[in-house]
Amino acid sequence: MSHHIVEVHNLSYTYADGTNAVDDISFRIHHGESVAVVGANGAGKSTLLLHLNGYLTPQNGKVRIGDFPLTQKTIKDIRKTVGMVFQNSDDQLFMPTVYDDVAFGPLNLGLPAEEVEQRVLEALSRTNAEHLKDRPPYKLSGGEKRAVAIATVLAMSPDILVMDEPTSNLDPRARRSLIDLLAGFHHTKIIATHDLDMVLDLCERTIVILDGKIMADGPTLEIFQNTDLLVTCHLEKPLRMQPCPVLKPKVLK
Amino acid sequence: MAKIDTAFFDLSKLEEMANNDTVIHRIDPRIKVLVASIFVLCVVSFHKYTISAILPFGLFLIIVMGLAEIPAFFLLKKIVLVSPFAIMVGIFNPLFDQQPIMVLGAITITGGCVSFVSILLRFGLCVGAVFVLIASTGFNTICLAMVKLGMPKIFAVQLLMLYRYIFVLIEEGLRMYQAMTLRTFHGRAIAMKTYMHLAGQLLLRTLDRAQRIHLAMLCRGFDGNIRIRQSLGMARIDLFFLAVSFAILLLMRCYNIPAMFGRLISGIT
Repeated sequence: MSHHIVEVHNLSYTYADGTNAVDDISFRIHHGESVAVVGANGAGKSTLLLHLNGYLTPQNGKVRIGDFPLTQKTIKDIRKTVGMVFQNSDDQLFMPTVYDDVAFGPLNLGLPAEEVEQRVLEALSRTNAEHLKDRPPYKLSGGEKRAVAIATVLAMSPDILVMDEPTSNLDPRARRSLIDLLAGFHHTKIIATHDLDMVLDLCERTIVILDGKIMADGPTLEIFQNTDLLVTCHLEKPLRMQPCPVLKPKVLK
Repeated sequence: MAKIDTAFFDLSKLEEMANNDTVIHRIDPRIKVLVASIFVLCVVSFHKYTISAILPFGLFLIIVMGLAEIPAFFLLKKIVLVSPFAIMVGIFNPLFDQQPIMVLGAITITGGCVSFVSILLRFGLCVGAVFVLIASTGFNTICLAMVKLGMPKIFAVQLLMLYRYIFVLIEEGLRMYQAMTLRTFHGRAIAMKTYMHLAGQLLLRTLDRAQRIHLAMLCRGFDGNIRIRQSLGMARIDLFFLAVSFAILLLMRCYNIPAMFGRLISGIT
């Protein structure tokens, strides 16, 4: 595939209970772009992401990944192109050992045994998790689980990475190494998150969602300076962009 | 509480053991599945009062277990953990079947007691055999072997999903149990109604969770075909193992070996 474009056009999705989770959303993400999708809890971020790898098929509107429109026929190709990292690593790791887990995808791609091994080791070394390969995933720490979960996706060599809250439940150091890791990737990245400081580090573009609708879509810095917008969308300026609460009173004096 | 935790989480230790490398682990999974099925068939096909003739099967199991380096105590614990089912099946036998079979001095042993023991024995052996099979092969590989042996793929996928689901169910159940015990004081009994809510919650939660795991599998190209790392190949040693085990099992099924030994030693015919 020459260009890894993600295009969503007038997408709507209503759950069976009547929740209008995604309401007429359109955007276009270009090759190599790194985009944050931010919004309150229940704003529709996860539902939107589920459309990008074909788990949900659009009720209204269109999703286009690279050269393929999202339909039942293209779903396999799309899942090869889009690697999805789940919010909860435990959902993503289901095999008895880390090695088996990372090998699950490549095996399903029908690759020969040597190639599978090579891919697994490469993916694990990229996420600095080689030493975990014979451990059972459920016994790992949160940070290690996240690293392995990302390795399972990398082993499929996707062109586009979709991540749901990659920094949730991580300690500061694990969070930092994850950010460094992601910064080193040249994939097209779509990250749904509440961690706006991470967004500052990783994403040049931000899409803000409220009640299933796009409230803003533009350069990250510009959006984060719009305090009114952030407040309406249940967000706050990233800590780094807020005045220091310890120093502020002294300065004002 | 911690006790329940560890007992159940041990289950996945079976899978870890499947990654060992012993004589038994190296045998082709199809052969192992076949031998295990013959073993189970032989054990369950005995007459309901049989005990002595079943015992050699225990020896066979112990030898295989030793070769596969599976810790006996671990396996025993697992068997005890599921034994309530067998006990429920046979618990009323001693009451219903009062026919005396044997008199040892003042004690009369009834048919019910004998058949109860026989049920427990068979149960232990069959479950043990299945555990040894899983611990020496791995569940995915077993399913693949059964597909290769002619089982429809859809059953294999069902089995695989069921197996995954058990872990999910246990995990969610433990979490809820923990949350409940933390808010239950002085060992006060919990109302039946609470348990009903818990059971309903558990079902819904695990369904949700199972769906997410299924999604994770789909995302990584799962299409209903089971694929494993090791490639299946029948070697001469595999066929040899099949022939020998088949012969031994058949021999044990047709002749009451302990009784023969007894006659040989005591000289009574």
